[in-house]
Amino acid sequence: MSSVAELAKSRELFVNLTLRELRGKYKRSLLGWTWSLLNPLATMVIFTVVFRFFLKVEPDPGNPSGLHVFAIFLLCGLLPFNFLSNGITGSMGALIGNSNLIQKVFFPREILVAASIASWLVSFWIELGVLALILVLAGNFVLPWLLPALGLVLIQTMFVIGLGLLLSVLNVYFRDVQHFVGIILQIWFYATPIVYPIRVVAAALEKYPAIFTLYKLNPMVRFVEAYRDCLYDLRFPPLLDTSYLFGVSAATLALGVLVFTRLEPKLAEEL
Amino acid sequence: MADPAIVVEGVSKRFRLYHERNRSLKATIMRGGRARYEEFWALRDVSLEIPEGITFGLVGENGSGKSTLLKCIARILRPDDGKIRTRGKMAALLELGSGFHPELSGRENVFLNGSILGLSKRELTARFDEIVGFAGLERFIDQPVKNYSSGMYVRLGFSVAINIDPDVLLVDEVLAVGDAVFQRRCNEKFADFRRAGKTVVIVSHAAEAMRTMCDQVAWLKDGQVVAQGRSEDVVDDYVDEGHEDRVAVAADEAQSRWGSGEVRLQSVRLVDRTGRQITHPSTGDAVTFRLRYRAEKAVPKPVFGLALETLDGTWLWAHHTRDAGFVPDEIYGEGTVDLHVPHLMLQTGTYDLSASVVDYTATHQYDYLRRCLRFDVEHGTPRESGGFVALGGQWSSADFDA
Repeated sequence: MSSVAELAKSRELFVNLTLRELRGKYKRSLLGWTWSLLNPLATMVIFTVVFRFFLKVEPDPGNPSGLHVFAIFLLCGLLPFNFLSNGITGSMGALIGNSNLIQKVFFPREILVAASIASWLVSFWIELGVLALILVLAGNFVLPWLLPALGLVLIQTMFVIGLGLLLSVLNVYFRDVQHFVGIILQIWFYATPIVYPIRVVAAALEKYPAIFTLYKLNPMVRFVEAYRDCLYDLRFPPLLDTSYLFGVSAATLALGVLVFTRLEPKLAEEL
Repeated sequence: MADPAIVVEGVSKRFRLYHERNRSLKATIMRGGRARYEEFWALRDVSLEIPEGITFGLVGENGSGKSTLLKCIARILRPDDGKIRTRGKMAALLELGSGFHPELSGRENVFLNGSILGLSKRELTARFDEIVGFAGLERFIDQPVKNYSSGMYVRLGFSVAINIDPDVLLVDEVLAVGDAVFQRRCNEKFADFRRAGKTVVIVSHAAEAMRTMCDQVAWLKDGQVVAQGRSEDVVDDYVDEGHEDRVAVAADEAQSRWGSGEVRLQSVRLVDRTGRQITHPSTGDAVTFRLRYRAEKAVPKPVFGLALETLDGTWLWAHHTRDAGFVPDEIYGEGTVDLHVPHLMLQTGTYDLSASVVDYTATHQYDYLRRCLRFDVEHGTPRESGGFVALGGQWSSADFDA
């Protein structure tokens, strides 16, 4: 049976495991779910102070929206990146943290990864909801643009699931993967125009157009740009960009599923 | 005959025993991608057919591959060779309460664990009261399970698993959970299962329990099926073989010894009527316990005694020569004393013999050998159903013939 068909069949288990992740995440903390918002807000404040006020990073005003607020500019890139980084880290923990389950009960193991990512997806939705509220308060009438943004979330989810499946199962075989990924995520964060506008990189790499092209191959560059198009600038992202993102995400998902199904049968022994 | 519930065809399972495990990329690259390992065949070309509606046991020593086979049937491990076909909904009780989230309440965990085992929310809602009632946890169901005692935890896990009502139930030595009341309820549940015509596969090395619970048994040894058939026959063979290995090690080794030493017991043996030493008599056999002693000086009125205990220390029997009115005035030098038992009325099991020689008042010990002889009793005549002693009784009825 293909893993996609199994996923559909075990929808209920998937929902329950996702709920378990969500409920377990903030149990016994006083603020509970508020933490899910406080974390990105704290990062926002820190980065705004450091990059906007100390380093004088100047984003372009939104075109055509005219919005000109660094904190919002930052959030439009930070939230999608957090989804990527939480999704990947969560997936890697999902198999190792549930080793007792994998060794004792049979069920499609990809559900563990999918449920972990789904729980972060729910957080991402809530964060986007709060961002939408902030945008409206700041004068950006973002509501009609939430639909294309949700399309982007869908494509990004494919991308994250692909990476999650790939890295989680590799991490069972080589525990180095999680440390390696920790470093990669840091590099990835600064290789993506989150705390700075992409214009800065274009200017710095003016004499090296090849490197700039390479930089723009990073799917997260396009994701962040596309999210900003929808939410900050209030315009459609270029079709070429979204097609590229869709292609890369579909390929990543296919690779993740392939590697996962290849390595999955031995999971119970290797854990 | 109906189709078998489970067909195992030529299944082999190999594990790799790594000398140095490639847990890190560096190690892998340094060694050119290969780790040194030995292959270990946990199962080798195992074929079984488990008919529908029976209770089937897998017996064997630790490491015989019985749990591996069960995990292969449960699809947790994938065999390297061969095929396993199963019919109907299957549930495995390999570990109870695995997958419980400690911070979540019992109620939430019932739904979570139930869906891991393959139940839909509607089915779970319908059975929820039964599950909680069976576990006896009505008062605590909304508490986080991390506050449960280990017994409560396991009971809830068992209750969820048993109530998912599978066609095939796989059980791995989890029968010994909970207190006596819960045990009895579990056994009733298993009985219900069998009455409902469902298939149960149990893995255990508790031979006696398997004899009574199972209809058919397969005996695994070193990853291969040694015998398969009616549970009485296979379990008897399994038990008998287990004994031979152990006696050779345990015989004649006293666990502890004390006494003043004027008389020393030089050996304690179990012999048959021809005087040949034996280690595993059968129920009903004529046997003799033979003590050899050596008295360094003349010792007046010594009393020889023997006692039997079970492995768990239950004192079964004792007899000494003073109560039998068999006390010599004096012994000196070497000699033997025999206790002849015309019919050894012990049931199958392992027994420890202690021997002593004391003075006539039983206040001074010359020599005491605690647990100096271990022997195993095998099936003989009479053959009775359980316990330690055979009474040799006969069933009859004035009202019916059987």
